[in-house]
Amino acid sequence: MQYLRLRLNTETKMEKVIEVRNLVKKFGSFVANDHLNFDVYQGEIFGFLGANGAGKTTAMKILCGLSSPTSGEAKVAGFDIYKETEKVKRNIGYMSQKFSLYEDLTVAENIRFFSGVYGISPADRKEKQDKLLKNLGLESAKDSLIGSLPLGWKQKLAFSVAIFHDPKIVFLDEPTGGVDPITRRKFWDLIYEASDRGITVFVTTHYMDEAEYCNRVSIMNAGRIEALDTPEILKKQYSAKNMDEVFLKIARNTEQ
Amino acid sequence: MKQFIGFLKKEFLHIFRDPRTMMIIFLLPIVQLLLFGKVINTDIQNSRIAILDQSHDNTTREITSKLVSSGYFILGEELMPGDDVEDVFRKGKVKMVVTFGPEFEKSLERDGKAEVQLLADASDPNTARILTNYASGIINDYVKKEKLQNLQLPNQINTEVRMLYNEGLKSVYMFVPGIMAMILMLISAMMTSISISKEKELGTMEVLLASPLKPIQIVLGKVTPYLLLSFINALTIILIGVLIFGVPIKGSFVFLMAESFLFIMMALSLGILISTIAPNQMVAMFISVLALMLPTILLSGFMFPIENMPLPLRILSHAMPPRWFIVIIKNIMLKGTGILFVWKETLILMFMTFVFIALSIKNFKIRLE
Repeated sequence: MQYLRLRLNTETKMEKVIEVRNLVKKFGSFVANDHLNFDVYQGEIFGFLGANGAGKTTAMKILCGLSSPTSGEAKVAGFDIYKETEKVKRNIGYMSQKFSLYEDLTVAENIRFFSGVYGISPADRKEKQDKLLKNLGLESAKDSLIGSLPLGWKQKLAFSVAIFHDPKIVFLDEPTGGVDPITRRKFWDLIYEASDRGITVFVTTHYMDEAEYCNRVSIMNAGRIEALDTPEILKKQYSAKNMDEVFLKIARNTEQ
Repeated sequence: MKQFIGFLKKEFLHIFRDPRTMMIIFLLPIVQLLLFGKVINTDIQNSRIAILDQSHDNTTREITSKLVSSGYFILGEELMPGDDVEDVFRKGKVKMVVTFGPEFEKSLERDGKAEVQLLADASDPNTARILTNYASGIINDYVKKEKLQNLQLPNQINTEVRMLYNEGLKSVYMFVPGIMAMILMLISAMMTSISISKEKELGTMEVLLASPLKPIQIVLGKVTPYLLLSFINALTIILIGVLIFGVPIKGSFVFLMAESFLFIMMALSLGILISTIAPNQMVAMFISVLALMLPTILLSGFMFPIENMPLPLRILSHAMPPRWFIVIIKNIMLKGTGILFVWKETLILMFMTFVFIALSIKNFKIRLE
């Protein structure tokens, strides 16, 4: 918490796009999120780390409006998640754990559908679609069914579709599950591009090499945020070689 | 509205690109109707019978020719007194043996009584029952009309039977409403539940829920295509029933379609309810088949009469929506009745729709919390 406050002081000029205060989520007597407090700033890549069942997906779903919290406050893109859910949803993109485009539709049809959902005009859509496919080098795949594309392409497309409407924040729920390290690295190039465009990236992962790519990471354990800072500071603080060690030390500390 | 049209386009693309869905929606109704109507025909035609005539007089000959000319029977064999009747059945060539007692005509004219025995092969009980009914009907009819009117018999009660609303006892009259209920259940409930749980399984449902689309828009978008397709199917089934099988529509066509619409709405809300419970397509399909298809076929009175079921099943059959729908369409199509006679069944279907929608909303909210 000390580190968080320290950073807050130095970065107050930056716009906060996510503010979370005392967020609690209970399922019966099980506490999935125990008084979470954190801020995410515009344009940063915020890594949300934790073992399976640590509560990171739950917290992310609350921020996306897919689930409602038991108590606490949160603002996403400047809007209250209780009262202004619809405005929140207009300003975010979401890519789920499972790969989330329609397999039986073509690339262009998927783009057309999601553009329609976010109210992008057909003219804008065409222009952006051409640019996007050119960027990804997928112009030839425009009319191919998503199901016929390799997994790496699908993930790139899913991410591009998730930010097609230029959201303020994009939420990625373990986006690189099941792909090889090289494809994962390429996927991260896309994330950096989005971040350069000013889109805030909120990403959950349990790959510790990915944690190194984030601007700041928070590490969750048993529903609580145990650490939150840049990978460099965390490594120093826990005198660890890499994020993997940081993670293990935190997990061990909480067990004791 | 634009959003909604975009959603519908996507749904129709899903449907048109999946050969299995296309088959279920467009081929299955027609195939089933033709199968039930033409192949699985419980009407009796041209059953082979044998005659054992011990008196060989005018009356027995005329009765024999009446039986054969009815179209239900053909004369397979003529037996002689002393022939082994059981042997004839064992060979399996005939379904029924008609035996006239000795001095048939004489005793009929003298006492107003004569003996005729019908032996049927009851290893197929339904057929045996129908054959003996038909045969005794024909024999009684003949004897009453041709023979007994000359005799002055005191205190005789003639029972005159007429099968109202389905004089020819055609089973297709029963199958058309039954299949309509079954197909509409299949397409509306099963296909919607599968299509919604598919989105859940693939993770696209979360993406939709995180988008500005409201849950109600998502559900309406998923359901509307199936509403349209079900309605087209209802029309097709009625059309085939009327044109190919000659089932009448004595009541109002508009009223018939309105009731079909209500039933489709009920099935759709049931499909939504199933999809709120089922985490993936397999489970949705399983619930649909086990909880919808089998009971629809077995407990709705479509195949087996509800009156003959044991009490627990009879009580359970009240919870089967098709049971009420079948009563409604039979009333409209065959009897020509209006809302006055089916308001109770209509209300039951409305109530069921309401319950399914309420439960779906409740389940959906729990999932979001």
